[in-house]
Amino acid sequence: MERNVKSKSLDRKEIVLESLEGLGRRFCEQIDKGVFPWVEMKSRSTDNIFYSPELRQYVLGERVVRRSSRIVRHLRPFTQMVWTAYFVKELIQQRKTSTLRDVYYSAQAYDIFFKDQAESDNIITDLETVTGFPREDLNVFPEERSAVFGDLTIEYTVPGYEGRRLNLTSHPDGLMIGPALTNARLVKTGADKVIVIEKGAMFTRFVEERVYEKFNAILIYTAGQAPRSTRYFIRRLNQELELPVYIFSDADPWGMHIAMVIISGSANAAHLRDLTTPDAQWAGVWASDINSYKLPSEGLSDIDIKRLHELSRDPRYKGKLWQREIKMFMKIKKKCELEAFSRYGLTHIVDKYLPERLKELGA
Amino acid sequence: MAILYGQITTNKPVRIISSTGGSRIFKYVLMIDIEKNRPVILDRKVQKNRWKWHGTIVEFHLEGDYPKAMPRILEYLKLTAIVNPYANITFVDPRGRLYRFERKSEEVPPPPVETLPHPHGVDVETLQRIIRSTSCTNMLNFMKEHFHRVGEQTARQFLKFAGIDERLNPKRLRPNDLVDLVRAMKSFNEFLPPDANCLSPIGEDLMRTGILKELEPRFMAVSQRKPSAYSGHPFIVEVAIAYGGKVPTRNDITLYRFANKIPLMYDESGDVSWKILRSINWRRYGVSPGMPIAVLVHLCSTKIPYKTVGKELIADIPEISREILNGIREVARRLRRYLMRRKQVERQRRRLTIFSRYLPKIATFSAQLGGLKEMPDINKLYKRQMVFRDYETGNSYTDGEAFNAEPYKTILVMAKNKHESNSVILRVLGLTGSRWRVLIPEVTLEAGAEFYEMLTKKVRLVKIQVKSAARNKPGIFEAFIDGLSE
Repeated sequence: MERNVKSKSLDRKEIVLESLEGLGRRFCEQIDKGVFPWVEMKSRSTDNIFYSPELRQYVLGERVVRRSSRIVRHLRPFTQMVWTAYFVKELIQQRKTSTLRDVYYSAQAYDIFFKDQAESDNIITDLETVTGFPREDLNVFPEERSAVFGDLTIEYTVPGYEGRRLNLTSHPDGLMIGPALTNARLVKTGADKVIVIEKGAMFTRFVEERVYEKFNAILIYTAGQAPRSTRYFIRRLNQELELPVYIFSDADPWGMHIAMVIISGSANAAHLRDLTTPDAQWAGVWASDINSYKLPSEGLSDIDIKRLHELSRDPRYKGKLWQREIKMFMKIKKKCELEAFSRYGLTHIVDKYLPERLKELGA
Repeated sequence: MAILYGQITTNKPVRIISSTGGSRIFKYVLMIDIEKNRPVILDRKVQKNRWKWHGTIVEFHLEGDYPKAMPRILEYLKLTAIVNPYANITFVDPRGRLYRFERKSEEVPPPPVETLPHPHGVDVETLQRIIRSTSCTNMLNFMKEHFHRVGEQTARQFLKFAGIDERLNPKRLRPNDLVDLVRAMKSFNEFLPPDANCLSPIGEDLMRTGILKELEPRFMAVSQRKPSAYSGHPFIVEVAIAYGGKVPTRNDITLYRFANKIPLMYDESGDVSWKILRSINWRRYGVSPGMPIAVLVHLCSTKIPYKTVGKELIADIPEISREILNGIREVARRLRRYLMRRKQVERQRRRLTIFSRYLPKIATFSAQLGGLKEMPDINKLYKRQMVFRDYETGNSYTDGEAFNAEPYKTILVMAKNKHESNSVILRVLGLTGSRWRVLIPEVTLEAGAEFYEMLTKKVRLVKIQVKSAARNKPGIFEAFIDGLSE
């Protein structure tokens, strides 16, 4: 079954541009009126981060901070933010992208100085908070990359490739989820689900075992904690193509959290929307699988146990499945990796575990 | 002392030439009769003073280790120059080098006046000497005649207190009576306190002149304490504090001590002033270690209470140490005000520098971000106006461009003299109503020196004026005025 879908990617750039220009015009008006330019944004300090059960993600509270150029210690970050806004506006207008590191270096050409990349990263987060757009919308991407493979046809919007289409099964290593892919239109797909995998080895195995055919799935490799562009891409697959999402990660508190961040987001991105996929499901490996599939395991370390205690109190982990698995981890005091299935042969995970689990989850 | 030391080490006479500027010049060659403590004049000449020369030349020989003593000798002369700024001092050292300390004042404080001893300060030895030479035949006249601030009434009251007949002839007092009399004098509280008119302090103005010429400090405060007395001896304490300029930078505050205009060079740590200086919590006055600060203490008295015969350290007399402490506190409070203000000005300057660096960038990038062709005008927020650029100063004041101060809350004036050797003088004026008033009076900027100051008065216009410090010696002047509407 193939469907054609309409992408929102281009209109969104117009909105981002308008928002950035509005910011510039506003500062100019303030200066002309004899007012030191200022801007207000929601505070990102930990006491202003709350979990919203409706949105099923972390959000910022009502507390607002004002950054004003009349305050000496605000002058430098304010100038850096205005420059960054100008820089990303140019990127968007010229339909170019940049990385966090590249932004840090580019500043020097404009006689804007950042002490280190942490400072420029923080200013970009400020700009995200002020405008409400994630940095990917501002055409700034992190360095880390993940990959996608499956029956999905996209149409590029980046300069030089406009209108060019590509099916994501065309390269066996998968396609890097970079700026070009994130901004592409999703044209058509034959898949009916998305499977997200934490580990590279498993992703390769799934491609080799033709999981995309056997299970009619788009495969996504997150390379550990999913980068924001990947989280955004997963959301698009879920929202625009209405595909259910299943996440496979290691059976330990850290793997569990990789799944959770895709589902409910992180506190660090509390100022942003559209990065979460609340309907995605954590499909494994669960603590209970360790016993039922007799998987080779290791004991939990002290840090693992501490982390489990933290997660048990985390509002995002209120769900029945989560609480059950946390308790199970504590009970069996064991953990295992996705690769543990290889003990029973290379295809065991695809032949046995995957169909059983998907069936169990109603897919 | 020096002459005595010269004589016992070299056995050579001293040559003294002196004139007060009258018609004659006196030349003496003499030695000291050490046993009788009297001069032995070997030669005496009187010469016509055709050129109205005045001054004193003292030439003598002494044995010493000059390379080792040199810094102390020069220090001694410098300190002498500070407390005697009306004197030209010339010193030719054994290596033939000439040192000159030029006078900066023509004014000489009135010299000390001879005075009678105050009864509180008299000992048996002194009393005996007075009795030996007196012509008084009764105790009443004796008291009136020979003691400071004793009149008829006080003398009567005292003799009654001491149980001595007014008509008794002082020469008939027996040794035991003398001891009793001295005791009575000390314990009688009705004597008027000694009068300090006989003393010759330096005075605040001359002290300022002396410090300015030898230390060239960036700030100084001088205080002359009210006259006081201890044990019948009147005294006046004069205290000064100097900061910056040629004041040496040491870990501790530099202390300069003087007694009757004589610098005290040795045994500093035993001196009362040193003890007091150490007891003060300088941090309270904004002073931190390593600042170039000097404290000067001058004690002027009919009797300096030296601790030792070397006459180098002053004893801790409560009356005196109280005055020294209060004097130092007073000048230290003024220093604190100065330091705090400098700190504030420095903070404002740094603040303005930050605004000047970032505001133009904010304006530029905001305009480009907003897609606007014209830059917004940041002058309403912050303005820097150059009012002199590489200007060669003239002999009289020249006005700089006026700065419109009305939109701004903080106004900072910055100036620099870029010349290699010539000094300039600047002042800052402000227009209030229709009158220009001096906001910052004459400031001398030496070659290469910078100046910055914050204006505290609200004015409409500000302007800087500048001229050369010396005739036909122009400096190169540059000045900015900064305004910030915050």
